[in-house]
Amino acid sequence: MEKRELTCICCPMGCSVTATMDGGEIVEIIGHSCQRGKDYAAGEVTHPTRVVTSTVSVEGGRDPVISVKTREAIPKEKIFDCMRAINATTAYAPVEAGDILLENVAGTGVDVIATKAVVKRLYT
Amino acid sequence: MREYDIVIVGGGPAGLAAAVSAKKAGAERVLILERDQEAGGILNQCIHNGFGLHTFREELTGPEYAMRFLSMAKELRIPCETDTMVMGIDRDKVVTAMNRRQGMFRVRARAIILAMGCRERARGALNIPGYRPAGIFSAGTAQRLVNREGYMPGREVVILGSGDIGLIMARRMTLEGARVHVVAERLPYCGGLQRNVVQCLYDYGIPLRLSHTVVDIRGRERLEGVTLSRVDEWGRPVPGMEEDYACDTLLLSVGLIPENELSRSMGVEMDPVTSGPVVNESLETNIPGVFACGNVLHVHDLVDYVSEEATRAGENAAGFASGVLPGAENMVPLIAGRGVRYCVPGRIDVKRMAQELPVRFRADRIYREALLTVRCDGRLFLRKKKRIMKPGEMEEIFLRREELCAQSGLRGITIAVEEE
Repeated sequence: MEKRELTCICCPMGCSVTATMDGGEIVEIIGHSCQRGKDYAAGEVTHPTRVVTSTVSVEGGRDPVISVKTREAIPKEKIFDCMRAINATTAYAPVEAGDILLENVAGTGVDVIATKAVVKRLYT
Repeated sequence: MREYDIVIVGGGPAGLAAAVSAKKAGAERVLILERDQEAGGILNQCIHNGFGLHTFREELTGPEYAMRFLSMAKELRIPCETDTMVMGIDRDKVVTAMNRRQGMFRVRARAIILAMGCRERARGALNIPGYRPAGIFSAGTAQRLVNREGYMPGREVVILGSGDIGLIMARRMTLEGARVHVVAERLPYCGGLQRNVVQCLYDYGIPLRLSHTVVDIRGRERLEGVTLSRVDEWGRPVPGMEEDYACDTLLLSVGLIPENELSRSMGVEMDPVTSGPVVNESLETNIPGVFACGNVLHVHDLVDYVSEEATRAGENAAGFASGVLPGAENMVPLIAGRGVRYCVPGRIDVKRMAQELPVRFRADRIYREALLTVRCDGRLFLRKKKRIMKPGEMEEIFLRREELCAQSGLRGITIAVEEE
């Protein structure tokens, strides 16, 4: 049996929630004060995911970098693999918000898209 | 001189939302004056997500949230003069501004909306002893360098202050390969939102040391290290509780200050607690027709509330410009009582207020199982049980017009925390 300590983020209460795990199975969740907290804890201990946001360097753009995000949340343990792939990517101006800059990042099946537009630099 | 119904100073989230709502409310000639090279304000460097849950019911990044309002402003053909600095505003609402295209110019407005936002408290305001090497940045400066200029300010990082920008930058620097050793907070509670503590610090194993501050800064050319010390309940370092950290970068996230030089110089009455203007229920300052919204009024945690507030300011300014908004008459002061640091608005004309008026305020410390009360001339008017209140999370309570109208001869409304 393994105990996992979490802080709930659903509201400012910030309840300390303890999940007891047996293998990959939840045995017990205690410390939450509402159903949302229980659901949050259950998700966090079984398949935690995060949207990763970062920047990608741009060639020929008015801005040197462009802001990007994973279109959906990816498994938490893939965050640093995702960052390595993002940092190895270059975008070429012009870029529109929503453009796919990286497909299936780190084998997650999720694309990395631009969250801003970068126009072409008019002079060099 | 060009004439406008409404001139808005600042094209950040507040200015954009105010412009859109003013135009929709019937103001024809609306102008935004923006200091940066593009509108959108601080959202452009807030590349993380979590914006818009209230406004759009989805989680957007800062640039995406800005884009929603930028496209609305574009659709409504609202002009925005970028790279433009406002130098002064007269009491008769003549705005003096300058840019490279037009030089110095003046525009006349029927109504003005102040939406200049805020800026970060800097090292100079903290009295930290030690050297002044390179490597000390405000968290927002570091955020701009990393997210917009593509430049990493350092590798070994200590963060002082637990404001949201500091927490966000702890994660951002970690993702980009830096090592964030610790986030120190002088107060016994965190200044930022709970979700940022969990998702930016706990996710990456970054410790948050409450009741700790930086007492020494080492390094002559480049920062070489800082000393952290525990502080007592009055914020004084406790001798013998020092710890040294080797680092090349110190980020400061120690508070935001509304940027009100223009407001002060035009004679707008200020609230010493918020450092923002005192406004009435219509978000109008003591100068009729001059409105304020967003972080220039009081520092918000969530941009969604800025947009909502600015939308009301825009509607009211449009009403003032067209002569629909009646003049303010019987002002009832709204008083921050025990346990409440401040409340916005600071006064209410019950006749002018909307059916339901949101009043925003902050608790002065953490309260659990507390009772929030609103009293009219001492009589209990409204009570609400709160499981928790934190200074870092803005609170909101709604006052209903009909119910306030029933309070005859009303002279003052007090919001207070009464512990059970």
